[in-house]
Amino acid sequence: MVDIAVVDYGMGNLRSVQQAVRKVAPGANIIVTGEPDVIASAARVVFPGQGAAPDCMREIRARHLDRVIAGVVREGKPFLGICMGLQVLFEHSEEGDTPCLGLFQGPVKRFASGLLDAQGNKLKVPHMGWNRVHHGDHPLWAGIAQDARFYFVHSYHVQPRDAGLVQATSDYPQPFVCAVARDNLFAVQFHPEKSAAAGLQLLQNFVNWNPL
Amino acid sequence: MLAKRIIPCLDVTAGRVVKGVSFVELRDAGDPVEIARRYDDQGADELTFLDITASSDDRGIIFRIIEKVAEQVFIPLTVGGGVREVGDVRNLLNAGADKVSINTSAVVNPQLVADASARYGSQCIVVAIDAKQVQPGKWEVFTHGGRKATGLDAVEWAQKMQTLGAGEILLTSMDQDGQKKGFDLALTRAVTDALEIPVIASGGVGNLQHLADGVKIGGADAVLAASIFHFGEYTVQQAKQYMAQQGIEVRL
Repeated sequence: MVDIAVVDYGMGNLRSVQQAVRKVAPGANIIVTGEPDVIASAARVVFPGQGAAPDCMREIRARHLDRVIAGVVREGKPFLGICMGLQVLFEHSEEGDTPCLGLFQGPVKRFASGLLDAQGNKLKVPHMGWNRVHHGDHPLWAGIAQDARFYFVHSYHVQPRDAGLVQATSDYPQPFVCAVARDNLFAVQFHPEKSAAAGLQLLQNFVNWNPL
Repeated sequence: MLAKRIIPCLDVTAGRVVKGVSFVELRDAGDPVEIARRYDDQGADELTFLDITASSDDRGIIFRIIEKVAEQVFIPLTVGGGVREVGDVRNLLNAGADKVSINTSAVVNPQLVADASARYGSQCIVVAIDAKQVQPGKWEVFTHGGRKATGLDAVEWAQKMQTLGAGEILLTSMDQDGQKKGFDLALTRAVTDALEIPVIASGGVGNLQHLADGVKIGGADAVLAASIFHFGEYTVQQAKQYMAQQGIEVRL
């Protein structure tokens, strides 16, 4: 019995995700896998991802993970998307003009370049570092302070068509969506596995989450 | 808003953290895993490990250290030193590094930066640049721990690395490194203004004002320091409180 599958589609390093999930679920059977059958058999699925959208989508399709992900979501199993694992759930990414999975409606857009902060310094892209997360009252935020900081590294951000899906925003310099949820699906732009205590708390909440 | 990052740097050789002045007179600062945990407890935003091992026989040690740290510390870990090919990047990421820093090899083989970032994403490729001032407003890139001149202009080189796929630049002033007189602020400003990607200022921190100046005057996105933290002069927490008092956004 696989308790938690961390989906591996060859995009980036999953070691950190695996370590952090193990830390919050020490007794669980956690498997890093790209095997559709193993993912489909897991009780919970973590869907990370790094790199560029065109490469991610190519690998997801080549490994037939698009169908598996849709199946997991349909069956109501807790599903956590992280970083690119959030972006590819949307319809389309501006990065490489890439059609994505379309589980959420809306595009993925690049941060504008050349913006300045309050001190007149250039706002760098990628948005890299610790930023404040303004969150709602979803169970995955339990025990996490309002405006807690999480670690981000990304150049693109999601724009859900349905504002009701938004579970958190951050500012760079304009507000952008950094978490969405629907039913058993929760996905974040930041890296909980690299966000110290707040990140581990979110992963702990995911491991304990029983969506209705 | 996004916080400016404070990054303690651990120079590691033979399984120990050491620190010297301009790469000589190495002084033992302790066990890397223990030190990493201490900085995590103090609120460090990331940690950078530089493997300064001279002998290739000892190259395995850094992997075991990173594995141990990654089991216990859940903040971004950057590892550099001796990265020569894409396989080295892969091995460090597999050991638990989140980012890999490439220095000399980027000069010897710039394609490595392009290949590594295409394979693993630019978010995990840091290019480290060691620069020395050659005339006012001009800095040259040096490699091999600052011993070898390259003839490359530091600002142009940083731009080229950005184009090839670097996600971040770790910029060290060889003139200031180990001197405890503060960053080369003009160098930091010149590079950060020329780039879209974040710049980490490094080399020369002797007190907390130097860190604040790196951000406020140099325009750095992150500041890196070693000896002021290793030998107990200041904690990371004190550094952050000091910067916050100066109006700098930090993660407290």
